[in-house]
Amino acid sequence: MDFLTLILLLLPIGFCAYFLGSRRAVAVAGGKDGIRNLHSLPSHHGALTAIGAVLPALFLACVWQMALPPVLTGILKDGLPAEMRQLPANQFSLIVNDIKNVVAGNMTPGADQTMILEAAERYIDLHNTAEMLLTGLVLLVVAASFLFVHSRIRVDLRARNVVERVLKALLVLCSAFAIFTTIGIVLSVLFEAIRFFKIVPLHEFLFGLDWSPQMAIRADQTGSSGAFGAVPVFAGTMLIALIAMVVAIPIGLMSAIYLSEYASERLRTTAKPLLEILAGIPTVVYGFFAALTVAPLIRDLGLALNLSVSSESALAAGLVMGIMIIPFVSSLSEDVLHAVPQSLRDGSLALGATQFETVKNVVVPAALPGIVGGILLAVSRAIGETMIVVMAAGLSARLTANPFEAVTTVTVQIVTLLVGDQEFDSPKTLAAFALGLVLFFFTLFLNFVALRVVQKYREQYE
Amino acid sequence: MELTSPQVGTSTQSTMEGSGFAASQQAGGQSAPRQTVGDPFVANPRMTARDVAVYYGEKCAIRGISIDVGCNEVLAMIGPSGCGKSTFLRCLNRMNDTVPGCRVTGEIRLDEEDIYAPSVDVVPLRARVGMVFQKPNPFPKSIFDNVAYGPKIHGLIRDKADLEEVVETSLSKAGLWEEVKDRLHEPGTGLSGGQQQRLCIARAIAVSPEVILMDEPCSALDPIATAKIEELIAELRTQYSIVIVTHAMQQASRVSQRTAYFHLGDLIEVGPTERIFTNPRHRLTEDYITGRFG
Repeated sequence: MDFLTLILLLLPIGFCAYFLGSRRAVAVAGGKDGIRNLHSLPSHHGALTAIGAVLPALFLACVWQMALPPVLTGILKDGLPAEMRQLPANQFSLIVNDIKNVVAGNMTPGADQTMILEAAERYIDLHNTAEMLLTGLVLLVVAASFLFVHSRIRVDLRARNVVERVLKALLVLCSAFAIFTTIGIVLSVLFEAIRFFKIVPLHEFLFGLDWSPQMAIRADQTGSSGAFGAVPVFAGTMLIALIAMVVAIPIGLMSAIYLSEYASERLRTTAKPLLEILAGIPTVVYGFFAALTVAPLIRDLGLALNLSVSSESALAAGLVMGIMIIPFVSSLSEDVLHAVPQSLRDGSLALGATQFETVKNVVVPAALPGIVGGILLAVSRAIGETMIVVMAAGLSARLTANPFEAVTTVTVQIVTLLVGDQEFDSPKTLAAFALGLVLFFFTLFLNFVALRVVQKYREQYE
Repeated sequence: MELTSPQVGTSTQSTMEGSGFAASQQAGGQSAPRQTVGDPFVANPRMTARDVAVYYGEKCAIRGISIDVGCNEVLAMIGPSGCGKSTFLRCLNRMNDTVPGCRVTGEIRLDEEDIYAPSVDVVPLRARVGMVFQKPNPFPKSIFDNVAYGPKIHGLIRDKADLEEVVETSLSKAGLWEEVKDRLHEPGTGLSGGQQQRLCIARAIAVSPEVILMDEPCSALDPIATAKIEELIAELRTQYSIVIVTHAMQQASRVSQRTAYFHLGDLIEVGPTERIFTNPRHRLTEDYITGRFG
């Protein structure tokens, strides 16, 4: 039985163990009426039995599966003729690779490779034996541990405490998984970025004003050395994020104020989800919208006003991105505005303030930390956004503050650097990781600030 | 003007004292309003209410309320929870306007002017009739800004010195100046509960109202803070008319000159505080103040 089937088989075994365990607990207690004598509920005993039966076997199977390939390779190596074993490590690993390819059926060995064919057959044999061994062992462990736990069920067995501890461990494991994944991502980007900074100095990357990462393949071609000054790229990102903010903050905030303070409850509960739909539109659709509708519109408008507007402009991308992040601003702001206690509004109204004065002087200031938090989240979303800018902002890394010109952003550059065939020793490819790293730290910083702001002022009005 | 109640001591009364409370509340919405015992009117009223009724949607919260608020007096309104005393209080500065589905009928006048007339703007009205709430609700601003809030929005001040003077006067009148004068720019929410409530009173005073409405101003405070507020109310009476809703009958007897007893949306009895507490005329009033229910 192969590994996956075995793991799946443990599932029904666990269910059976659960029912047997809880039935046994009821029996031990002396029937339905005796349940209150049990320290833990029958379901706890059942869960404990299931955990006891499945967990050790699962652990064993996982360890076995991880240890199997090196052990098999070792045995295989011992079976190969001496002259092969004498080969240097990298050549030997090629042979092992060949054997594994034959096993997987990806390769037919040539006539002169009988050795490899034999080895492959031996490998298959070994593998089958190992699987059979594992199946037997797992079933044995399941049976033994099930019987052990099952026989331990007593009236005073503290099954609940054990089950709670196991559940807690499971929760810890899950949260650790998320954290370690993040660390893993950061590290993978970090190491590639360090390789990049060995080729291109850090200060040149951070402060250089020229970005043209295309490198010639041969040294005698023109443009043989790329330029890796990231300032224009980050400037483009900032410009587009700024335009997006200029669109999203007023519209989002004002619609939040309207929904929270002026709209009737019925309108509020209808309009808010509708607004949130904006956040559910795939960004690639926003991309079409920006590239095919908004950008030409702006260009035509610019022509009518005698302005030179390129067909891919920062303005188009920024406007559409602003529309995309409106729900982030409005929904989060609406939540915090709505959470401002009615007593504060009453206090202001009772002093003769108008509704707008109340909103402006009392409600918005009280909700400000939450609003700022929402805005910063929206900013980091705008900075990390890729699809819209890929389609609408263009590719030319120009250091400009003119929103009618085409600019490029960090995310767009990462996409263009990593699309297609890559050579991972070229600074062109590695530059993507450096950009990603800086971008990551930037949004991390923004999120950190947002969290701090929200935390610091959270309970101000309570 | 003396009204006598024909209902005193009848059998319908006794059912209202015990378990029949909720059922009688329902019935009370349909039967005719009870007539008020005692003297609800004064010679020189600041505010007058005539036949006021409030409906929340279909439900009638109070009806047939006719009472005067005299100049420089403290009028206490007592009664069991849900009797409508807070609802009536909120009619006096039209705070009920903010409640959706709330409808007010009858007539309320402030200095002879009908405050529910279509021509009346609630903004200046609420500046003339201030309000202090049950739970202290200072704005999340500095102590100074809390007090300066009202004068600023009403444009009552000319310059910064003027504003500082208004703040100091208001805080002094609220008996808080000595305690906070060195930390005017710290947040008002950092004060103790009693100080916060006095800050709210100072905030109300700062716009120079004629009437101050207080909705159980001491129910969230400890006895020492309560004593301070009560002292303050006694002082404020010399300049303002005060209407206070309270659950503490001792408080009503300590601070007020006249007391009104509400019961299930009806105004049962009004009279000089001392008379109400020593010699109540209505059976319900007597039952309430002797602690038989409520």
